[in-house]
Amino acid sequence: MERSASVELPLEANATSAASSVPFATVRSRHSALVRVTHWITALCFVTLLVTGIEILISHPRFYWGESGNVLTKPLFQIPIPASRKTVPTGYGYVLPDQNGWSRYLHFQSAWVVVLTGLLYVISAVFTGHLRKNLLPCKGDVSWRAISAVAAKSLLLRRPSEAEAWSYNALQRLSYLFVIFVLFPLVIWTGLAMSPAFVAAVPVSVELLGGQQSARTIHFFVSVALALFLVVHVAMVIVAGFWNRVRAMITGRGTGMERI
Amino acid sequence: MSNVSRRKWIKAGVVAATGVAGLGAAARIAQRYGLIPPDHGGIYGVGETLNYASYKLCTRHSLAREFSPSQISKPPFANEIAPLNDAYKRLQAGGFADWRLTVDGMVDRPTTFSIAQLKSYPSQSQITQLACEEGWSYIAEWIGVRLSHVLNLVGAHRQAKYVVYFSIDLNWWDSIDMGDALHPQTFLAYGMNGDDLPVGNGGPLRMRVPRQLGYKNVKFITRLTLTDSMKGFGKGLGSASPEGGYAWYAGI
Repeated sequence: MERSASVELPLEANATSAASSVPFATVRSRHSALVRVTHWITALCFVTLLVTGIEILISHPRFYWGESGNVLTKPLFQIPIPASRKTVPTGYGYVLPDQNGWSRYLHFQSAWVVVLTGLLYVISAVFTGHLRKNLLPCKGDVSWRAISAVAAKSLLLRRPSEAEAWSYNALQRLSYLFVIFVLFPLVIWTGLAMSPAFVAAVPVSVELLGGQQSARTIHFFVSVALALFLVVHVAMVIVAGFWNRVRAMITGRGTGMERI
Repeated sequence: MSNVSRRKWIKAGVVAATGVAGLGAAARIAQRYGLIPPDHGGIYGVGETLNYASYKLCTRHSLAREFSPSQISKPPFANEIAPLNDAYKRLQAGGFADWRLTVDGMVDRPTTFSIAQLKSYPSQSQITQLACEEGWSYIAEWIGVRLSHVLNLVGAHRQAKYVVYFSIDLNWWDSIDMGDALHPQTFLAYGMNGDDLPVGNGGPLRMRVPRQLGYKNVKFITRLTLTDSMKGFGKGLGSASPEGGYAWYAGI
């Protein structure tokens, strides 16, 4: 039988002390099964939501503010891409194929899966201590000096130290918290605020945002922010050692980081 | 096989069996309470069913938001329409005096109405938003007769589950469940912004379902059929939309 790391070591490796007491090149548990499963379901849903979201967007790449907006309304801004409807003036001489039907079906199906997965993750994070141990930053780490030091290191694309390799640094923790508790709730809220059935039941959901078109515009910007997070997230994984980190997120085990 | 792994397998088997049984029971209950949309099959059926079922469970009695006259979109908007067929053009030439709405299916008294007859019934108006699945929207005042009023006149059967509605454009038909059909804001609309309903907006007669997206609001309505099953209509998916790849339920 293969050596099971989780038997000998705590599921959630954290704290510098644990890291320093373990020799390099050992196999250790890095992510709990729940974190791994919810991570990959979220990743899959995120990609489908992004692709289908872009497909839906190209049927009307104009954005407005307020309750309503159409081609007779002055847009807030327009994305300079061709559209999948000939009724939208884009300046391009051609129209892209209409992919809205399956895109909408898949967008909502993925949204259901990712919302339920996210709820499972957040609830279990509270009860298992994952939130407290791995996501909430330690007091000493939340200062401009500490954070700017981490940021500088990340920007220079420096590989993380051994201790950091087993836990999340303060900047990471803050960005994960921001994504989980600000961007995800916002993107769900603004998505629902575009639904005529949902806003009939909960009118305040759209009124607080300034109208259905405002909700759509905010939904777009939050999606852009999430896409940027994905780019930075993948870039940081590459800097830290792509295969090692991906393996850790699949099997739960990462081989010890070599000394930098 | 060690005892531990056998126990693990038995445990997993029990969990899986419970899961399957639970899903089966949930499906039967959902079917009984009308939570399953006609286009529940296929790879996107799960999401579609969750959308429709949560709407039915949580928001069925809510009213679409109504706006003030100052919020009506100016200039009034009309989306591009498909080329009108000859049957339509003939009726248009006659000022729609011969336009007829036939109501049949699971009703006591199948009836045919002219636009003038529909206008003689209590007229209602609503200032609501029409949002398109593409992303644009407009607000207008819609004038018409409640669909529930017409359904009462013809004596709709209790067993009817859907109202299927057909456009003079033969490729365009749709359906709503009885909950939506009897909703006070579901209109057979013949007027807009204080005037007759313009051709571009579906004149002389359009289905108005303000809690669903634009494509559920079929233009140029000529026939309503009440039924307890969508099986005999098209491919049985509830409307022309799923046959073209779009969801039957368009509340989101």
